[in-house]
Amino acid sequence: MGKYILKRILYLFITLLIIITATFFLMKRLPGTPFDSERFSQMPPQQQKQLLEKYGLDQPVSVQYLKYLNNLIHGDLGVSFFYTGRTVKDVIFGRIWPSVLIGLQAVLLGLAVGLTLGIIAAWKHNSGIDYFTMILAVLGVSVPNFVVAALLQYYVGLKWGILPVAFWGTWAHSVLPSIALSFGATAMFARFIRTEMLDVLEQDYIITARAKGLNQFQVLMAHAVRNSIIPVVTILGPIVVNLLTGSLAVESIFSVPGIGSLFVESIKSNDYATIMGLTIFYSAFYILVVMIVDILYSVIDPRIRIQGNKDE
Amino acid sequence: MENYRDLPLELFEKAEVNLDEKEHIAKPSLTAFQDGWIRLKKNKAAVVSLFILILIFLFAVFGPIFSSYDYAKTDYHHTFQLPSREHIFGTDQFGRDQFARIWYGTRISLLIAFAAACLDIFVGVTYGAVSALAGGKVDAVMQRIIEILVGIPSLIIIILLMMVMPAGIGTIIIAMSITGWVNMARLVRAQILKLKSQEFVLAARILGTNSRKIILKHLIPNTMGVIVINTMFTIPSAIFTEAFLSFIGIGLSEPRASLGVLINNGYQVLHNFPHLLIYPAIVIVLIMVCFSILGDGLRDALDPRMRK
Repeated sequence: MGKYILKRILYLFITLLIIITATFFLMKRLPGTPFDSERFSQMPPQQQKQLLEKYGLDQPVSVQYLKYLNNLIHGDLGVSFFYTGRTVKDVIFGRIWPSVLIGLQAVLLGLAVGLTLGIIAAWKHNSGIDYFTMILAVLGVSVPNFVVAALLQYYVGLKWGILPVAFWGTWAHSVLPSIALSFGATAMFARFIRTEMLDVLEQDYIITARAKGLNQFQVLMAHAVRNSIIPVVTILGPIVVNLLTGSLAVESIFSVPGIGSLFVESIKSNDYATIMGLTIFYSAFYILVVMIVDILYSVIDPRIRIQGNKDE
Repeated sequence: MENYRDLPLELFEKAEVNLDEKEHIAKPSLTAFQDGWIRLKKNKAAVVSLFILILIFLFAVFGPIFSSYDYAKTDYHHTFQLPSREHIFGTDQFGRDQFARIWYGTRISLLIAFAAACLDIFVGVTYGAVSALAGGKVDAVMQRIIEILVGIPSLIIIILLMMVMPAGIGTIIIAMSITGWVNMARLVRAQILKLKSQEFVLAARILGTNSRKIILKHLIPNTMGVIVINTMFTIPSAIFTEAFLSFIGIGLSEPRASLGVLINNGYQVLHNFPHLLIYPAIVIVLIMVCFSILGDGLRDALDPRMRK
């Protein structure tokens, strides 16, 4: 087990290094300077030189790369080109909380609604609610989340005026973005737990539980649900990807001051220090989640561990 | 009930054993795909999805030809028209015919998705097959590379590539393929590894079949199912990625149209003209839903483990 975790941590660092390197050199190839091109070209050469020096852009690329790596190790992501005078770290952490709130709410909502629907669907296999869940599951992965977000904004926010249309302030502002973001996750959870439950319900130990006289609810909660809920851990990776991707569009649509909309803004304004910072941040977060999920799963389900060892 | 022992022996007649009959195969032998097709036909939802997809495909190919309007032609006298007999889906803010634009956009979206899927198949199958067949150190190194690539969140890399490379259809296809083939490679490798150790391959080897023939006649046909099923899931995800990129503003740009560009356009004027968002959204949802159902149906039909 210790060896497995060490191996995973080693991979984590290699993957991150590759992403950082790729990001750095790709950003270097971007056309134009990160500065306002019109104003920059009008500056006297001396001022241009000063500006380049200030951001370390006058040095050879290899030196800049090593410097960037060194700064990264010390937790320094550089200075934003767009938000003058602020470090990328400050910009990111200044806008992280709305994203965290929406993300967490979306996961919880997805878990609650998705699992409930999936469990009932499997329990009442081939019933109305089963078909409803299946349709929802297919729609949830098929309707792009920006379409969901746009429609929610239009109908719930604008036409019916129930919830705020956009911007950030009270908790009510976070409701629509959370619902829009949770749509895909809900579908994925529901579909997964339904398949898993249908499988579990056919197992012999369910018949045993029924045969020894447990009532339906006990069979459902203590035997069926408990055994089908463990593998849900495995889809947390894809769910995180879904939420990260979704947050870029959903936050932009609802004007949420989170890091998703920050990413889209910095792409549009060519603020490459922020783009790099966010790329590394997102990647690190994603890789970390996937690693934790894998380790967690091998702790919960010993069969995975044995298979993993066989592979070696 | 009578005991059969009480029956007189004369009533029994010895059955003829015809040795030729014994080995006779009554049903015509079917290839895996014919077999799969028969099972797919029983799945109504999958057949309907296939039909809708073919219909959308035909519209995407021929729709722009039959429309009397050009997808890029502006007409400032007829902006923001609601759906009417003149313009079936209305017109957009530049008076461009939305019917022509939607089918043109569908064509571009499908083109991008199919091209990306083909690249995925080409790179992924080659990589997976080489890795599985070479085995040993080559396999180990190739698998380590895959393990690292899997950890990279692909969308972030796609966004970066889109920013660096010149905007266009080719760029989107390449950006999506750079990370897209990994899944295919893993599936193909796993399948070939599984097949390699099966008895029919051993039998072929004992009968003296050479490696080339084993690969072409036994391994590749038996991997086709996995490839087809995976492609059914790659295509909608490519359509989604393209739409997403165009929606956040780094995909294709005007006046060219793709489903993503149209949705983005419609979103800008959603407040007053919801039809400009809803029609392209319906088309993209239909494509995604149908591919998803058809993919599931194909998996059930082609994957022998699902047979019941």
